[in-house]
Amino acid sequence: MEVTANNTIDETNVWGGGNKPLKASYGKMMMWFFIVSDALTFTGFLVAYGFSRFKNIDSWPIADEVFTHFPFLHGVDAPMYYVALMTFVLIFSSVTMVLAVDAGHHMNKAKVTFYMLLTVIGGAIFVGSQAWEWKNFIKGEYGALETKGGQILQFMDAETGKRVALEAFATNIDSPRDTHLDSNGIWFIGESSLPNYSVEEVTGGFAVNESLVIKTEKIDETGHKVILSREESLLKINEAINVVEGANLIHNEYGNRLFADFFFFITGFHGFHVLSGVVINIIIFFNVIMGTYEKRGHYEMVEKVGLYWHFVDLVWVFVFTFFYLV
Amino acid sequence: MAHDTENLAIFRGLLKFKSNVQKIWGVLIFLSIVTTVEVILGIVKPESLMGMFLGMKILNWIFIILTIVKAYYIAWDFMHIRDEKGSLKGSIVLPLVVLIPYLCFILLLEADYIFEVMRTGFVSWNF
Repeated sequence: MEVTANNTIDETNVWGGGNKPLKASYGKMMMWFFIVSDALTFTGFLVAYGFSRFKNIDSWPIADEVFTHFPFLHGVDAPMYYVALMTFVLIFSSVTMVLAVDAGHHMNKAKVTFYMLLTVIGGAIFVGSQAWEWKNFIKGEYGALETKGGQILQFMDAETGKRVALEAFATNIDSPRDTHLDSNGIWFIGESSLPNYSVEEVTGGFAVNESLVIKTEKIDETGHKVILSREESLLKINEAINVVEGANLIHNEYGNRLFADFFFFITGFHGFHVLSGVVINIIIFFNVIMGTYEKRGHYEMVEKVGLYWHFVDLVWVFVFTFFYLV
Repeated sequence: MAHDTENLAIFRGLLKFKSNVQKIWGVLIFLSIVTTVEVILGIVKPESLMGMFLGMKILNWIFIILTIVKAYYIAWDFMHIRDEKGSLKGSIVLPLVVLIPYLCFILLLEADYIFEVMRTGFVSWNF
């Protein structure tokens, strides 16, 4: 650090570390090169997502039908509003960060402290929102059937055109099927929990509810999911072998399971970046309070952590576009 | 970065700010407007933008371009690339500008090819 603080360098000592050809300190430049490599890592993930999506372009889940929740609005179809809110929170915390950096240039300790605190709060709100989003995604809303080929069959009311949850129509058949724990069977085969309904209960309920039809994964020319007629649905439902409720890394009630895998992986990796950013911001915040940078004579550390924080915001801008908008 | 070298103009000098703090708020307003436009377009999904252009919906092209615009202003004004020396600017931006489109190009083209094979091939993937 003393390299950056030292302004009285011997000009002839070019190879001694005194020369700054890029007019940036060592620490700042390293942060930049870390960001470049991290940007390429995120590119790899997002392009892999794009690869899977283009490969399954005619059956990829439609984001508006997946992320429909908003806090305190139960049962209201509110696509996008929540992530838009999260985006604004993150952009705003980016602004408070850059204000902290600016206050640092003017050696204004009180302002740096205040803006760092706001940044930490913004980051915490974002991580919390992310957790809520994951909870809804994992829990699922309607439930669906899965065919032998791994296709998802969702249920709709043909009259109202609305999605129907499994619990609304599944019959109750007394089934002897028990959760298979690895303690009472082959030790390496087990399951954590059974779905609430068996395939027989769902198909039985489907047969007696005349208004129900199946919504498939396929996307038609207009960009909507193909909905089968009642007759086609009755044939199609015989292919089902699994009941899926919610999403995890193996099954996904919203459609293609790769969608859930990439969602967990990319938003998880980004969320981890935000979390570590919040932790680093808290450390810097306490350093500011203790006067570490005041003594050092400059607030460049705030600037470096600021670069990282803006990068996290930058990545979210892309994640937002490719998971929720496009 | 010494703060007497800050470049206070955005939009190629169209909009000049009196101080750095003012510029930050100006950029925030601009980013908010862009995000709001994106969200509105995402909810309304105007029928006129549903046409295809180079294998993708026009609406999706708009989203991607707006995203890159936002990324530019975050990097240039929040991360202060605007105020860095040209050589540092280039060593940060050039690798990304070259490698990312290249990676997108080869992988998306390959994915499109696999999609065609799966669609027209003799093996049924939906059984």
